Amino acid sequence: MADKQTTVSAMADEIESGMTLGIGGWGSRRKPMALVRELLHRDVTDLTLVSYGGPDVGLLVDAGKVSKVICGFVTLDSIALDPLWRAARQAGAVELTEVDEGLFYLGLQAAAWRVPFLPARAGLGSAVQSETPAFRTVANPYVDGPFADPEDAGAELFAMPALRLDVAAVHVNVADTAGSGMVLGPDAHFDDLFLGAAARRFMTADQVVPAGTLADHGPLERATIHRLLTDKVAETPNGAHFTANPPSAPRDEAFQKHYAASAKDPETWAAFKERFLSGDESAYQSAVETWRSEQ
Amino acid sequence: MSDVTRADICTIACAEAWRGDGEVMASPFGSVPALGARLAKSTFAPDLVLTDGEAALVHGIPTLATRPDELVRESYVPYKTIFAIVWSGRRHIMMMASQVDQFGNQNIAAIGDHAKPKAQLVGVRGAPGNSVNHATSYWVPDHNPRSFVASVDVVCGVGNDRAAAAGPGASRFHDLRRVVSNLGVFDFATPDGSMRIASVHPGVTLDEVAAATGFALAGIDGDVPVTREPTEAEAALLAELDPKSLREREVSA
Repeated sequence: MADKQTTVSAMADEIESGMTLGIGGWGSRRKPMALVRELLHRDVTDLTLVSYGGPDVGLLVDAGKVSKVICGFVTLDSIALDPLWRAARQAGAVELTEVDEGLFYLGLQAAAWRVPFLPARAGLGSAVQSETPAFRTVANPYVDGPFADPEDAGAELFAMPALRLDVAAVHVNVADTAGSGMVLGPDAHFDDLFLGAAARRFMTADQVVPAGTLADHGPLERATIHRLLTDKVAETPNGAHFTANPPSAPRDEAFQKHYAASAKDPETWAAFKERFLSGDESAYQSAVETWRSEQ
Repeated sequence: MSDVTRADICTIACAEAWRGDGEVMASPFGSVPALGARLAKSTFAPDLVLTDGEAALVHGIPTLATRPDELVRESYVPYKTIFAIVWSGRRHIMMMASQVDQFGNQNIAAIGDHAKPKAQLVGVRGAPGNSVNHATSYWVPDHNPRSFVASVDVVCGVGNDRAAAAGPGASRFHDLRRVVSNLGVFDFATPDGSMRIASVHPGVTLDEVAAATGFALAGIDGDVPVTREPTEAEAALLAELDPKSLREREVSA
């Protein structure tokens, strides 16, 4: 059995300019932030991000790593909008392909199932369709015969294209060395589909344990990431900070507030970056600890 | 009742949106719709289903002050299941709208040009899919000519005109119910599916409503009913379900 352990830094080495990067989690929940922070130091550019967007998107866009984002929102959950995202959008600094949250799910599912699209009603008549002319519709082929539903006989449906990813990155509470992963929080979201949609699949975890021992850490049905979905695993304690990653850690609301407040002004944002984001992950974690002790 | 506030009236108007819905997921956005859904469930719509906002359906009727650790969760509903419910149609959402137009198109994504917006908002979120799959209503706490517009900048929730134009794929389950604002209640019971005033809140004049609306409202020249006030029992429930009066903070009277 292969040992898939590596480091966050080695994962970042594989992310190249121009790639399409899928990032798991949802909003400000269980984001692979250690890897995102590592990417801030790399000279990678022109990424396309595919994300249920949170601070991952705000930070990477602000750092000039991104030319295009595919998403339905970029939110901090308890704060409606990531200020870095707001600023980048209002400056016209990034191309946005906006999709309905459910269409996004179907796009990942289509890629994971290796079909070119999946049909939906969602998107029809909305700006998803009108703002992105590359999206297509498909005619319901069941106009007669035993499977036809007369109510949908003339229906055109939205054909959500497969969101094929070069790289996907997710963060879980516990992973094993063979590449299985366990999400102990309330929702595993769409992480399995991000991984399934990607050519190269990375999973970071608060803790990496020996292969075959995940069931010692929680109910087996929480081990929703099986090892056929992953290529590499890296341990990075508190690696989802400041996003919500229960039970390992709740969202660090105080720090998120500090992030959002700092990001609203160029001067305070420069100071925030200098203090928290200029060093490596261990420097980040200790800077956060120091900040917390000052509050 | 002299102590009835505009927020109370709005809450009743939101609650009424779910009347007759039976066993569907009620998804309210904003304090007033959240309270309205709870009031409806407490009284005339007992089969409504509420979520914990995370990954579960809740048992009973939490108040707006109930802490997450106090909720009784009855089943597991992560996001994947939420979309299954959306696409099944067993849901009635009340979203907010930064802009809503004459045919009920809604915008929560951006003001101005989508490529470089004057103001970036939350994004299309699930509005395109919600609005063509299940019952949809809107709550606009600040009714003015910038929120009730002739045409929205970015169509998130799909209105009657665009659903019809997109054909049965979009229109079959499209079910735009009502818009509640701080001034009145509006529906789409017109031959062309345009917005109509269904009732005006007590203390609001029709001239005020017309002046605050960026398009011609159907029915504004006719006999417009007044939005009902809470009954005594409902007023008591409002106090019980919203002990910190969060509803008052959301409504500009």
